[in-house]
Amino acid sequence: MTRFVRQECGFCHGLRLTGGLGAPLTAEAMRDRPIEYLEAVIQHGIPGTAMPGWVPHLTPRQVHWIAERLREGFPP
Amino acid sequence: MMKRLIVTTLFWCALPASAAEPDGMGPLRGTGDLGLAVERASGSVVLLDTTLRRAIGRIDGLGDLSHASAVFSRDARYAYVFGRDGGLTKLDLLTGRVVKRIVQSGNAIGGAISQDGRTIAVANYTPGGVRVFDSQTLELIADIPTDSKVVGIEDAPGNRFVFSLWDKGEIWIADLSENPRAPRITRYTDIGQQPYDALVSPDGRWYIAGLYGENGLAVLDLWAPEKGVRRVLPDYGRGQERLPVYKMPHLETWAVVGNLAFIPGVGQHEVVIVDLDRWTQVGAIAVAGQPVFVMAEPTGRRLWVNFAFPHYDTVQVIDVPGRQIVHTLKPGKAVLHMEFTPRGEQVWLSVRDADRVDIYDTATFRKLGELPAASPSGIFFSARAHRIGL
Repeated sequence: MTRFVRQECGFCHGLRLTGGLGAPLTAEAMRDRPIEYLEAVIQHGIPGTAMPGWVPHLTPRQVHWIAERLREGFPP
Repeated sequence: MMKRLIVTTLFWCALPASAAEPDGMGPLRGTGDLGLAVERASGSVVLLDTTLRRAIGRIDGLGDLSHASAVFSRDARYAYVFGRDGGLTKLDLLTGRVVKRIVQSGNAIGGAISQDGRTIAVANYTPGGVRVFDSQTLELIADIPTDSKVVGIEDAPGNRFVFSLWDKGEIWIADLSENPRAPRITRYTDIGQQPYDALVSPDGRWYIAGLYGENGLAVLDLWAPEKGVRRVLPDYGRGQERLPVYKMPHLETWAVVGNLAFIPGVGQHEVVIVDLDRWTQVGAIAVAGQPVFVMAEPTGRRLWVNFAFPHYDTVQVIDVPGRQIVHTLKPGKAVLHMEFTPRGEQVWLSVRDADRVDIYDTATFRKLGELPAASPSGIFFSARAHRIGL
């Protein structure tokens, strides 16, 4: 799962998640976002931006896991 | 006396060249069959020899190479590698060493080398803009702030760089022909929402930007830039349903065969065929997933297509005259990039999760070999040195 986030999300957010076409996903950037918000973004994307919804490819548990890790600083 | 002076001068000029002769990489050789593969996770590149079909070296310490790309000096000896972290590294393919490395911004997306080979331009996200460097020294010679993420930077004839502004929906031309230190800027506004990548056609005439925020393409005729940007292919794009796109298609290597261009559908599982004389869609070929790269063999006979998640274990080959898929390969998870040898007898594929670069015969689709490489992404051969718009 760590690899999935680093590699697939990394296309737009950078392998180090420091941002690219997509916003930075560093702990500083994510810490204050509610977990439900992060889960919703991962599942459904953000309309009007390039962020797609990943709901067909990730289970709710996986989404929750990713959102939690993002808030505390994603593991390498 | 005069003659002696010339001889002395020549001898003196020759010294630095002999001093820079390859060491550790064998006798004198050319660079036309060399290239590199980016190891995106480890910040390194593998140097490749396409005649031996071997890795001939590895260079470390290039920083964050997610979405890294490379261009080549006009003598095809040096590679310039653009990293995500704003790093710009000049590599010597002959000695296998870093000549110079700078970190020129906080976040970058790629670059280009000018027609005359004297300047390198880098497209930056943070701070948004373009910076231009002397290709010999990597000295900063021009800074073009744009207040927007810059995408789709391409070199164009006349020592121009053309690029698009993701946040503002603009195309800019920076003309370095008069004074590289003071580029003349032409701005085109309202070209469409969220241009995400662009290409210059192989003849150097068309700058074409893909739009993420709406349907259609923005096209600028570089032979008649005063006519402005026009919008074409109103039905090309993500369509009404706004399909999710798991990886942005890459346009830079659009396949142009005759008057037809074969381009990746956006979010759609198809390759779109465009008539470049009329700028109309004349067909589509259904494929296995969302295409990322649609690349034509140098002969133009076949197209090789790779795909976004979750179909990125697949590569499909399309016969151009027949407009149909003639072969499907499953090299492994995450085929990120493909590069043809200069005359197209081989194609080299990076298979990220298998930590391999695979080599295929383009005529028989037979695998010719594989090389170990850590999470390989972009593969770049030195023949790019002599092509416009890469």
